[in-house]
Amino acid sequence: MRIRLGEASESFRQWAEERLGLKEVRDFLAHKKVPLHSATIWYYFGGITLFLFVIQVLTGILLLLYYRPTPAEAYESVQFIMTRVEFGWLVRSIHSWSANLMILSAFIHMFSVVFLHAYRRPREVTWLSGIALLGLSLAFGFSGYLLPWNEISYFATKVGTDMAASLPWIGEPLARFLRGGDDVGGATLTRFFGFHVAVLPGAMTLFLLVHLALVQKFGISVPPKVEEAAQQNRQPLAQMPFFPNFFLRELMAWYAALGVLGSLAALFPWELGVKADPFAPAPAGIRPEWYFLAPFYTLKLLPSHVWFIEGELLGLMAFTLLGVFWAMLPFWAVDRQGAVRTRLVTGAGVALLAYLGTFSALGYWR
Amino acid sequence: MRRATAVWILVLSAAGCFAAKDSCVECHSAIGGDLQAPADQIKHDVHTRHGLSCSACHGGDPGSDDPGIAMSRARGFVGRPARTAVPRLCARCHSDASFMHKYEPRQRVDQYAQYVTSIHGKRIAAGDMAAAVCTDCHGTHGIRAVKDPLSPVHPLRLPDTCAHCHADSQRMSKYKIPTDQFEGYHRSVHWEALAKRGDLSAPSCASCHGNHGATPPGVASVAAVCGTCHVLMEDLFNKSPHKPVFDAMGAAGCVVCHSNHEVLRTSPSMLAGPDAVCSQCHEGTSAGGLAATQMGALIRKLSDALERSDAILDRASRAGMEVSEAVLRQNDAREQLVKARVAVHAFDPGAVEKPAREGLAIAAETYQAGTAAMQERARRRMGLGLSLAAILITIAGLWLAVRRLEARGRESGG
Repeated sequence: MRIRLGEASESFRQWAEERLGLKEVRDFLAHKKVPLHSATIWYYFGGITLFLFVIQVLTGILLLLYYRPTPAEAYESVQFIMTRVEFGWLVRSIHSWSANLMILSAFIHMFSVVFLHAYRRPREVTWLSGIALLGLSLAFGFSGYLLPWNEISYFATKVGTDMAASLPWIGEPLARFLRGGDDVGGATLTRFFGFHVAVLPGAMTLFLLVHLALVQKFGISVPPKVEEAAQQNRQPLAQMPFFPNFFLRELMAWYAALGVLGSLAALFPWELGVKADPFAPAPAGIRPEWYFLAPFYTLKLLPSHVWFIEGELLGLMAFTLLGVFWAMLPFWAVDRQGAVRTRLVTGAGVALLAYLGTFSALGYWR
Repeated sequence: MRRATAVWILVLSAAGCFAAKDSCVECHSAIGGDLQAPADQIKHDVHTRHGLSCSACHGGDPGSDDPGIAMSRARGFVGRPARTAVPRLCARCHSDASFMHKYEPRQRVDQYAQYVTSIHGKRIAAGDMAAAVCTDCHGTHGIRAVKDPLSPVHPLRLPDTCAHCHADSQRMSKYKIPTDQFEGYHRSVHWEALAKRGDLSAPSCASCHGNHGATPPGVASVAAVCGTCHVLMEDLFNKSPHKPVFDAMGAAGCVVCHSNHEVLRTSPSMLAGPDAVCSQCHEGTSAGGLAATQMGALIRKLSDALERSDAILDRASRAGMEVSEAVLRQNDAREQLVKARVAVHAFDPGAVEKPAREGLAIAAETYQAGTAAMQERARRRMGLGLSLAAILITIAGLWLAVRRLEARGRESGG
């Protein structure tokens, strides 16, 4: 019997080998290495972000089974999911918490890339695709925030689209495109739902494939200091096999993320709030999700006019410039000789981190 | 009256023409002391905002810098109007609909007509200089619109304005009327609604006594006064067996149980128990006493059930459980409690029982929802505990596998 089982297993392996070419995958994984140094821990955050995105896709599909994107039914359908559907509360809470953790993880990943100088040649396009992924994640957050059609999300979307409307030339048409009309309403909800479940996932998948393919092509970057130290000591760079060593460690990180996610969902279920009433006055203390707090608070601080330019317009223009400048980091981070301006980049990273941290905290507490 | 108004309009128009020049304000602003106060106060006066000035009431010529001419009798200067003349002085404009239409088209013009029928007006007419005239309530030189929160007759400030005289025992001693109304009102639900909740439609002194036609409601009219707001209670009371009995006793309807100024929040203890107002007339074992006890017990039971449901739903909500449907349903039960309280005025336990039973059924349903939410919360925590244990065991297993793998790698020199 044992012999027969062994034979069956071997013949299945051969069958699969012929059809799937698993040996090539095994060989690829066997040769793939991950640098081992004091900052290796930061390499896990890319994987954690990917893991949380997969969670988002899976829970999002489950929510789609019951969610109805109309002003008359959206709130009630989410309420139904949370109270009547078996484990609906868990799925919705995990979807909401995972969205936030994914953006947090994406930010950590981005800043680790900055501080480890992993954006440098030849990884400029990898950086750009990463920035695009972060932008898409924020767009996911903004569009998803409205979907439960509650009071806070309704007015936050109103404020957000009003900000877009204040942009010169493209502001009005952009706001109309986002809202599907003059104001936030049923058309906006349908539109945001379309962006959230079709347009953004498509774009995200595309950029994700590009990002992952580039990471595979160029391998994982080694920080300049580690490289220099290895050269000075005339020692090869310490590495660990991607499979199974790094993969198993990454798996541990995913399990830990799952534990945090489950705890947050069970102990602090995501609130549904009060159903949106477009005719009611905006409640006090309207504020966006935490990742938009820093620009939101900055715009609140600006005077109505700075010289002859509207304060809000000036702020938006400054944020656009800052975004472009940040996205172009790999191109201004190296001098003409190709050397990385590590101090400048680290300083810029610390400054941006300090700004985001301080203004987000101020926006939250005030 | 028409000729007098026409002359007055001419005087006011003349004052308006010389609006740029107002020697009254100019001189009094420079005098200092008590005589300067009117010039300071008039800046905020509603009449000033409409282009009227001192001479509109005091006469005289504000166009002249010479005090002798400006305040001469020949120029119509009347000086300080006599206290008894104040109501008529104000009424010259405020009783003239066509004149008032130019400034405040929606303002009533029957204040003076009401005033002369009021207790204040009658006393002034009888020569009682201590009775209130327009300026005692509205102010003299800094008169503000009623809707202005700084006006002494703004709904939030009116009780204090009335209390200024009516809480003064020395001033009221000669009229032999109590002075504790304001104190009682301060403990009432009406004051709570007005001052604490900021509900400007909540009753204050003028709502029951009238403002310009202020008069104490007589025994016969108390129920009608309360009934202007509490319509259903008045209707039930009028159909109840108490109505003819109270009328025969000369008892003032609502006031017998609820008091007049100190209208406290109602509670089941008003019906049953040692402080029951019903026990003032009904023996506990009498039919009336038993009916009151039964009504009190029903209301207390519903009130307690609602409180119990509120508490568990609040706990569930604070724990992040979605109980908004049950919280909304509580409002239906609360509505039944209100209906039961209203039904008490029929003094028939059967009328109270129906809404009370309906409310209790809803409260039981919401309590069940709260309990289910708390049980669900406990199940979630249990599930979380088990999941976390499984996750930790898996992480530990992975860690051991990694350790073994790396040890094997080191042994093989990899």
